[in-house]
Amino acid sequence: MASTMRSVIEEAPPPAAQDLEKQLALAANFTRKHAIASIYHAGSGHPGGALSCADLLACLFGAELNFWPNAIDEPHRDRFVLSKGHAAPALYAVAAHYGFCDAKAALSLRKLNSKFQGHPHVLDLPWVETSTGSLGQGFSVALGMAMGLKLQQSKARVYAMLGDGELQEGEVWEAAMCAAHHRLDNLCVVIDYNKLQSDNLNSAIMRLEPLAAKWRAFDWAIAEIDGHDIPEILRTFRRAGATHGRPSVVIANTVKGKGVKYMENIPTWHGSVKLSREQAEDALRQLGARGDEIAELLNV
Amino acid sequence: MSNPALIANSDSLREAFGKTLSSLGDEFPNVVVLDADIAGGTGVHHFRKSHPERMLQFGIAEQNMMAAAGGLAATGLIPIVTTFAVFCLRAVEQARLSIAYTRRNAKIVASHPGLDVGPDGGSAQALEDLAAFRAIPGMTVISPADPAEMSQATRAILEFEGPVYMRTGRSPSRRIFGDDHVFEIGKGQIVRDGMDVTIVACGVEVARALDAADLLAEEKISARVVNMATIKPIDDALLAKCAAETGCFVTAEDHNIHGGLGSAVAESLAQSTPCPIEFVGVRDQFGASGEPEELAQHYGLTAPFIAQAARDAIARKKKSRKKG
Ligand SMILES: Cc1ncc(C[n+]2csc(CCOP(=O)(O)OP(=O)(O)O)c2C)c(N)n1
Ligand SMILES: [Mg+2]
Repeated sequence: MASTMRSVIEEAPPPAAQDLEKQLALAANFTRKHAIASIYHAGSGHPGGALSCADLLACLFGAELNFWPNAIDEPHRDRFVLSKGHAAPALYAVAAHYGFCDAKAALSLRKLNSKFQGHPHVLDLPWVETSTGSLGQGFSVALGMAMGLKLQQSKARVYAMLGDGELQEGEVWEAAMCAAHHRLDNLCVVIDYNKLQSDNLNSAIMRLEPLAAKWRAFDWAIAEIDGHDIPEILRTFRRAGATHGRPSVVIANTVKGKGVKYMENIPTWHGSVKLSREQAEDALRQLGARGDEIAELLNV
Repeated sequence: MSNPALIANSDSLREAFGKTLSSLGDEFPNVVVLDADIAGGTGVHHFRKSHPERMLQFGIAEQNMMAAAGGLAATGLIPIVTTFAVFCLRAVEQARLSIAYTRRNAKIVASHPGLDVGPDGGSAQALEDLAAFRAIPGMTVISPADPAEMSQATRAILEFEGPVYMRTGRSPSRRIFGDDHVFEIGKGQIVRDGMDVTIVACGVEVARALDAADLLAEEKISARVVNMATIKPIDDALLAKCAAETGCFVTAEDHNIHGGLGSAVAESLAQSTPCPIEFVGVRDQFGASGEPEELAQHYGLTAPFIAQAARDAIARKKKSRKKG
């Protein structure tokens, strides 16, 4: 947990652990609902991988990152890079929940003249750290940020979220070797290990296992966790922040499509899908939304 | 002839490519298809269904796939590298060294080119691929205009010996040609005759160029439309003939105006028959999210923009003739 710059804004006394966990669960739920609504309005997008990383994103934005809407240019801010850029709807939603952008505006996802493009673009949204969408590159950019911050004696940390399919890019392993070589203990990679990629299971497309052993061989500090267990996610990030001399990787086991039964673990909900009104309503209902809220999200 | 009956009227170019490739699989037993986890997007799921044993999965790793194609070609196979156009850009250097420099008989077939990608947005829209691949020595560069032509071009690249980069397309495509259309690498065709100006187009812009010619006809301007599906080697003879007969040009492409079809036409005409040329394309910008038609309008690629460029080219021609 980065602590040096916590004072960027006046903070309320830290909530009790249970309150924080409850808040984060709400943030994750908000993220899922808004991701679904924006993909519904867009008529295309990637719901599966947006839903799988919502709890991780909520913990990052709501507890871990020293990054605040009123100080997005603060040189010592923690950085977050969504290397799996196609999960943009989840990023926009969690960022809206924490005040970086307007939640209504984010429902213009993928439309002409919207700042909320299909993949995040730093020139459209100043709180986005770098443009992503081509898998593998976000990790390298995050690595560069971690190097740059270290060179400038900053205590800030850098987090990159990668998909499991994304790990097949050679660039990922170039970056992994480089980060360990340079002892970038200010860098933390979070893997959304949902076992699925675009076309099929990872294991059918290009085997990743033994995955933890690969990172261990690259000399990274490793944690394997349940990516939907908020207390465990928080504990893991805290430990990663205290790691010295090595970068950290959190292999977060997740369910693609988490929270919407008809999407869970089904490869076709990866992307390029059009959600019907009925499907969107059903999804929102499963995520706990009631009549008014559903109407508000879908009738814009 | 490949089997055009397989191809539906509304098929996208990627579907036409995938279906044709599948239908040619038995005739070309040396063909192997390389995929990087997006067979459903590139159209080669059709080939996977018909010839699963010749489908090679590389995972999300385009650079490895591109160079491996060079190795497969070195063993006598005909590898077809398939991914989105923007991820071909990621592997340009592998294509340069391990395919073109080594003169391998490998084909790179890129779906999702240009603004036609639509809502995925600027990061996903390759507006630079024709330029990048055109600059590689020995690389043939092709961008067919409709499903019938795509079907013919798919056969043509398999029969052709040498490295090829070919664009397909994401959106449903308008039918321009009949099933009797003949595609030949290196040859453009006049798809509509006219005497006042020649519009040279490729890919999705051919249909828009034809619409522009209709708009111009209402003003009694007679516009010739040339489908230039091979961008490299460009059809110098046809361009010189059109220069002699119409005296000015418009080029139209779903690509940056720098380095693609427009540049190829200008290079050719500068050496044979210099005359006014207006360029329709994306004006050195990145794309953005939106529907393909909206984006085409926003970035100035639709018929009214082509028609205006034609009026401008004709005005420049008249002015220079008055001076001369
Ligand atoms: C370099 C690159 N190649 C291909 C793609 C197309 N693509 C987008 S998402 C995706 C699958 C990603 O799978 P994964 O990383 O597991 O993401 P998740 O399951 O979290 O959605 C692919 C192949 C891309 N965006 N970038
Ligand atoms: Mg995955």
